[in-house]
Amino acid sequence: MRQRGIAAVLSTLFMGLGQLYNRQYIKGLLFAAIEVSALIWLMPNIGKALWGVYTLGEKTQGFQKVGKLNVRVEGDHSIYLLISGLITLFVLAIFILIYIMTIRDAYRTGKSREAGIAIPSFQETLAYVTDKKFPLLMLSVPIIGVLFLTVMPIVFMIMLAFTNYAAPNNIPPKSLVDWVGFDTFANLVTLKTWSATFIGVATWTIIWAIIATVTTYIGGILVALLIESKGVYFKKMWRTIFILPYAIPQLISLLVMRNLFNGQFGPINQYLGYFGLGKLPWLTDPFWAKVTVIMVNMWIGIPVSMVLILGILTAIPKDMYEAAEVDGATSFQKFRIITMPFILFSTVPILITQFAGNINNFSVIFLLTNGDPVNGDYQYAGSTDLLVTWLYKLTLNNSQFNMSSAIGIVIFLIVASFSIWNYRRSRSFKEEDMIQ
Amino acid sequence: MSNNMRSAVILTLKYVVLIVLAVSAIYPALWIVLSSFRPGASLFSERLIPETFTLVHYKELFNNPSFQYGQWYLNTLKIATLTMIFSTILITLSMYALSRFRFRGRQSILTAMLVLGMFPGFMSMIAIFILLLQLNLLDTHAALILVYSAGSVLGGFVVKGFFDTIPRSLDEAARIDGATHLQVFVKIMLPLSKPMLTYVALTSFTGAWIDFIFARLVLRTKENWTLAVGMWDLVNSFQNSNFTLFAAGAVLIALPITLLFFFLQRFLVQGMMSGASKG
Repeated sequence: MRQRGIAAVLSTLFMGLGQLYNRQYIKGLLFAAIEVSALIWLMPNIGKALWGVYTLGEKTQGFQKVGKLNVRVEGDHSIYLLISGLITLFVLAIFILIYIMTIRDAYRTGKSREAGIAIPSFQETLAYVTDKKFPLLMLSVPIIGVLFLTVMPIVFMIMLAFTNYAAPNNIPPKSLVDWVGFDTFANLVTLKTWSATFIGVATWTIIWAIIATVTTYIGGILVALLIESKGVYFKKMWRTIFILPYAIPQLISLLVMRNLFNGQFGPINQYLGYFGLGKLPWLTDPFWAKVTVIMVNMWIGIPVSMVLILGILTAIPKDMYEAAEVDGATSFQKFRIITMPFILFSTVPILITQFAGNINNFSVIFLLTNGDPVNGDYQYAGSTDLLVTWLYKLTLNNSQFNMSSAIGIVIFLIVASFSIWNYRRSRSFKEEDMIQ
Repeated sequence: MSNNMRSAVILTLKYVVLIVLAVSAIYPALWIVLSSFRPGASLFSERLIPETFTLVHYKELFNNPSFQYGQWYLNTLKIATLTMIFSTILITLSMYALSRFRFRGRQSILTAMLVLGMFPGFMSMIAIFILLLQLNLLDTHAALILVYSAGSVLGGFVVKGFFDTIPRSLDEAARIDGATHLQVFVKIMLPLSKPMLTYVALTSFTGAWIDFIFARLVLRTKENWTLAVGMWDLVNSFQNSNFTLFAAGAVLIALPITLLFFFLQRFLVQGMMSGASKG
């Protein structure tokens, strides 16, 4: 057999053997050490992992008679089984990937030996990796972090949507959780209590996202144009003042707003009183709570768009306006023909990103109203709850884990369809290599 | 004449609108600052500017044994600073690799980043919670720093967009002169991307400074809390009964971030713009 074949077969038998055969001793020993430690860790875990993910545990917590005493016997904890099973499977996948790479490496080195090329020493290999494989080396740490702290949790939550993990009947360690297929999704659509809440909350989420995006965008344009318009002095001062809401952390400004709009003692109602007007139920009436949320969001969001649009305005070439003036254009015509297309052209991608962001705008709703006022027709949700805040409540307050995962998947589908469409049409995707 | 009149009216109108906007931009901040100096504890007050000023609420924050505000401040400072350092290093290095090199799997990584960013963040909370529990990392600051830094990479598109605009001929020239990739990165890319670095550092610092959702889940004992968690607790338990204390706490949390923001404003705007034009 030729050398490449022998090296590859040896590497398949045990990681590193092929490299040893190719007389790359340090590399070979390193790979062998990886395989040994992986085997020591994986061997006892792999069977349990597969069993755990497949069955989600079989033994319920219960009591057993030992002599005269009733002794509590620990059952299987389905959720821990699922997570540790997932982790084991992820590690296994990484291990298999490394395995395949070492076999390929042995094969290639064997091939170059046949061709009579000198085998690279360990130092040369290191130099090769830091030079030619530099990007992968740089990315390996973040990829592993993202794999275990983002991808694994998301896979876990997606799987939860297909179980019956929910209060009151299926909460470990007291009882087991089972796979139920698409039942959760079916319940979300067909069970009256769930579907009414879902449709109500989803509708408000979309309305909110549209209004929140449009108001802050148009508000930002108007404020920016006002500052930049003719005859306004102290432009820098106005700009600095209007940036203030952007500079204060949202956590603080929203909690402050919550007090400001307090129906009984808040200053806003106090001032309304001075003008002889009645108090308004800013946060306690379903309609007014929605108005308040949108107003506060404008306060927070307009400065951001203003900063963006001010930047774009300074980038518009001045000679365009001069040319328009020579042709006798009015200021409105100048705005319509030069300014607006310029702004639109450079901000449409941001607009769509903001829209997607507003669908998931957790903090404004959660900190300002906490989804309240309570809505009697809804299942665990209030009148201003968005899908995200509903998901949060379902998870942390009501232990409806399977339903919240199903809603999370729905949110993902909505946001993903907008974002992918946006990404594909954006210049940076099509012409990525042309800017450089 | 009438033309002059008209433009005078328009200009006055402009200034009126500007002043109204300025008042509404400043008022909430002014109100909370003044409230924090007001004697008494109630939310209701007859007047905006208190008759007498007092520092008693600030003192109480640090002296009252049930708050441990000083300890929280130190915790938050530690977590935010370390998160800032780690995520800035992670983001810039990985985005440099994604922007500068063409390798197999690059498009898939970019697409994966995009797709992962679309899941609601706390969908993963329960899983991370159990993971930290099994790793014995619950109630530690290391856990927070780890999760914040690892998560920050997904938001790196802005940085990649910025690196894309730096001409490639610069690093090619350095490569020909024999520089390694790391040297190119440290000596050429980093100095050129100061605004971007400031932007990334500031956003990750602020993110860690004010996050209370995840911090509340992970940090179980009171002396390990961060400011945001403590603040959230303060609001939930004292909002109506001790509003002025809340005001003092709010001012102390917001102040460093707001000052940082104004000092680094220029960089922030540049960072945001360079992300914007790329989509």
